[in-house]
Order: sequence, then C-alpha cells, then structure tokens
Amino acid sequence: MTALLSVHGLTASYGEGQVLAGLDFEVQRGGVTVLLGANGAGKTTTLRAICGMVRREGSIIFDGKPIQNLSTEGVVRLGVAHVPDGRGTFTQLTVDENLQLGAITRRGRKEIEHDIERCFGYFPVLKERRSQQAGTLSGGEQQMLAVARALMLRPKLMLLDEPSFGLAPMIVKQIFDIFRTLNASTSMSMLIVEQNAALALELADHAYLLETGRVVFAGRPDDIRNDPALRRSYLGY
Amino acid sequence: MELLLQQILSGLATGAIYACMALAVVMIYQSIGHLNFAQGEMATFSTFVAWQLITWGFPYWAAFALTVALSFAGGVLIERVVFRPLKDAPALSHIVVFIGLLAIFNNASGFVWDFTIKTFPSPFGQGPMFGAFLNMHQAGMIACTLGMLVLLYLFFSRTRLGLSLRAAAANPESARLVGVRVGWMIALGWGLASAIGAVAGMLIAPVVFLEPNMMLGVLLYGFAGAVVGGLTSPIGAVAGGLIVGVMENLAGTYVPVVGSELKLTIALSLIILILIFKPSGLFGKTLAKRV
Repeated sequence: MTALLSVHGLTASYGEGQVLAGLDFEVQRGGVTVLLGANGAGKTTTLRAICGMVRREGSIIFDGKPIQNLSTEGVVRLGVAHVPDGRGTFTQLTVDENLQLGAITRRGRKEIEHDIERCFGYFPVLKERRSQQAGTLSGGEQQMLAVARALMLRPKLMLLDEPSFGLAPMIVKQIFDIFRTLNASTSMSMLIVEQNAALALELADHAYLLETGRVVFAGRPDDIRNDPALRRSYLGY
Repeated sequence: MELLLQQILSGLATGAIYACMALAVVMIYQSIGHLNFAQGEMATFSTFVAWQLITWGFPYWAAFALTVALSFAGGVLIERVVFRPLKDAPALSHIVVFIGLLAIFNNASGFVWDFTIKTFPSPFGQGPMFGAFLNMHQAGMIACTLGMLVLLYLFFSRTRLGLSLRAAAANPESARLVGVRVGWMIALGWGLASAIGAVAGMLIAPVVFLEPNMMLGVLLYGFAGAVVGGLTSPIGAVAGGLIVGVMENLAGTYVPVVGSELKLTIALSLIILILIFKPSGLFGKTLAKRV
C-alpha cells in the first residue's frame, strides 16, 4: 500500500493558541486510519486543518499534490469529503437537496441520480424522508445523511469526525457496518476520529494516539490491544 | 366598493416595486447578514444608465436588458472590490460603508446627469385598463414583477447554481465542505440584488420621475416590506412589499388625517411595530439555537 495522504510537521492554531504541534501521519490508499486521543488532544483540529478550515502550516500531500495552501473548496474538489462534528446538515433544505449538494462539484445528472439511489440502498430510511426538511430528521438519520452526502462526492478520502457521537448503539452499529462495506467494496480511504476506540480499531488498519497536539504512538490496532498500558487507557480493560 | 378595489389594485402596483426592493435587500441580507442602505441609490444609478441608453437611441427593451446586465455586473464588482475585504469586519464598519456607497451613488447620479427631474418612458403606456381600475403602466409593473419572481423561483428551486446559492446562505461552512465557492455565491447574490433593484427603478421611474433621490422613500417602503415579511424569507419579502403597498394606499384614502402627508410614517411605524411584536416577520423563521 502507498500513502494517499501524508502529513508532515502539521501545526494549526486558533488565534493565539496553538492546537497542533507538528503532527506526522499517513493514510494508506484504500486503508482506514483512526486518530484516538482525549478531548482537546487536537483530533477535530487535525481534520479541520486538512480541509483548510483553520490556519495551518506544514506539509499535507494528498494524492501526490501539496494541498496545505488550498482553500476548503479546493481541497474538497480534489476528492476529500469531510463529515464534520455537528454533521454539517443543511437543516432548512430537504434530504434530497442535501444529497444533491454533496455532488455539486460533479457533472452528469444520470450518474448523480444513480448515486443517490445507491445511498438510499445503504440508508433506506433516507429514501422515506427524501422530500422532508433535513432539520426534522433524528440525530441518527442526520448522521446517515451526513455520511451519504459525503459519499455523493465520490471521494478518494473521507474524513469522519466522531461518527458515533450521541447516537444509539443500534444506529452506531448500522453506520459502522456501512463503513466496513464501503472499505471492502470501494477503493475509498477513511480517516476517522473516534471516542469509541474499540469500535474504531475493529475497522482500522492504522492507529495514531494524539496527546496535546502531538502523536505519541503510531501503529497497528493489534499493537494497542497488546500493549497493557495503552489497552487500559484507550480500551478500558 | 369600486374605490376600494381601485385603491387595492394600485396599492398592489406600487407594492410590486416595494416587493422588488424588499427582495433585493433580503438577497444581500441572506448572504452577508447586513441591510444594504445603498440599495436604493444603486437602483437609481441603474435607472439613469437606462435613461442614458434610451436617450442615445436604444430601443426600450434593449436598454432594459442591457441595464439589468450592467447592474448585475456592477453588483458583483461592488462585492468583490468593497465588501470582500470587509467580510469579517463588525456590523458598524458595514453600516459606514453602506452609507458611504449611498452618498457616492447619489452624488455620482447628480454629477453625471444633474439633479433636475427627468421623465422616464413607460413601455406599457398610460392608458386605462380593466375599466378605470388600473392604468397600463401599473398593470405592467405588476406583470413584470410577477414574471421576475417566477424566474427567480425557478432559478432557486430548479437549478444547481440556485441550490448552491441557498446552501451558501444557509450554512457557509457546510457549503464549503461540499465544494461550493461561497465567496462567489455572495458576489452572485449582490449581482442579483443589484439587477432586481434596476428593474424596480426602471418600473417606478415613469411614476415618480427620475432624479437622484428617487428611490429614497421607495427603499424605506422596501425595508418595511422586508421586515414585515421577514428578512430570512424571499417569499415573505415579496408578500411584505405588497402588503405595505396596499396598506399605504388604503390608509391614505380612508384615514383622513393620514392623507398623503403621513404615508411614509405608516411604513416606518410598521417597521417598529413588527420589530417589537414579531421580530422574525410574518413569514420569517425564528432562529432557534440548540444549547
């Protein structure tokens, strides 16, 4: 496997406070990488820095191109779909319009319609809610919509910020099953930030532990499971 | 009864112009969250451009179309040059710049075309229509406004560009995350507002005569319409503009004290009353925040 995304010396700051202090990590082509860490470790900021939503410095190479100076729109147009914390739903627009917006940078009406049907295949409940205002959906349905909207880009890389946050276990399982299916059946890579470490490690092939804006451990999921200290801290047993 | 009907219809005709101005104001409010005080003077300037083209011998509708196109481009240009650098500036900076623009456009109109009152042609004529209820120009004002609204509605609901514009206005950060170029959508909003204002100016000019302060009162009615309908709702703005037009006319006719002297006071009182009792307007959404 080769790296689809490789990040070197990434720093990011909000105003005065520096949140990332020089991160190095990679996401493999077709692979799933997970970022773990306590609240405030800089996980969300890392995803936002990749997309140019915060001021960032360092080198970010995506698919062979440096993207650290691109605008958010520019990064997205290269094939990076971000499912942000808070889901980023267009609450006043319908489910259908939200999905159309996911594909707004693409051409080809037929293919887009086809992809919407494919998303309805993954999340049948969205089809029932198709012409409903997205703000009226439940939290779980909105998370499904956020994932579906990201898929509509046909991304090479999907960034997922706490996809399990605030959802019932049944829904979480359903969404992670879809991630597994996507990982097995497409070449799309994923970078997941997740509090639920056990769940995320089942899916991932690489894991990074973040503490106060630094990578303190990098390895495979088994390395964490087999290390007693890390297992206790992150998996809780 | 006949008088009532007549007053309602001619109220709708001027209301159509208020509706256009309200719509232009809402268009910009939705994309940058501020009220454009210069909207009226921009529209007046556009109308002078149309007058100049007609004076040079352009046929009316050619001048009309060219003016709308030039106004659109001018609106985009103002956003790119003046407001883009201000995008994170506080409200007060915006207000100062709006007032500056108002003065600049007002003086520019007066400087280039002087302050004397000019007549502006109507493509519809002034003959009576529907018996004596409306004249041709009033009917034309209503028809033009409705036509423009239908086009805008189709643009926003049926085209991908319209969808991008709505997304950028509703949630700029999420819009960027799906690849919408939000900066250009804001510029496009300015272009549309400016073009709508130009149409309003060209339609009202035959009624109030063309001079640099022509739109001052009209814009106040437009603000009233936008506030009545709700600043977050384009459809509300149109309805609000029509309501204000009809109310103004009926009050002027049936409330003897008001006459034509206090008509503008009604518009301003409406703004204040709505802001006190229903700040989101009749059709606006109350913004609920999750805590």
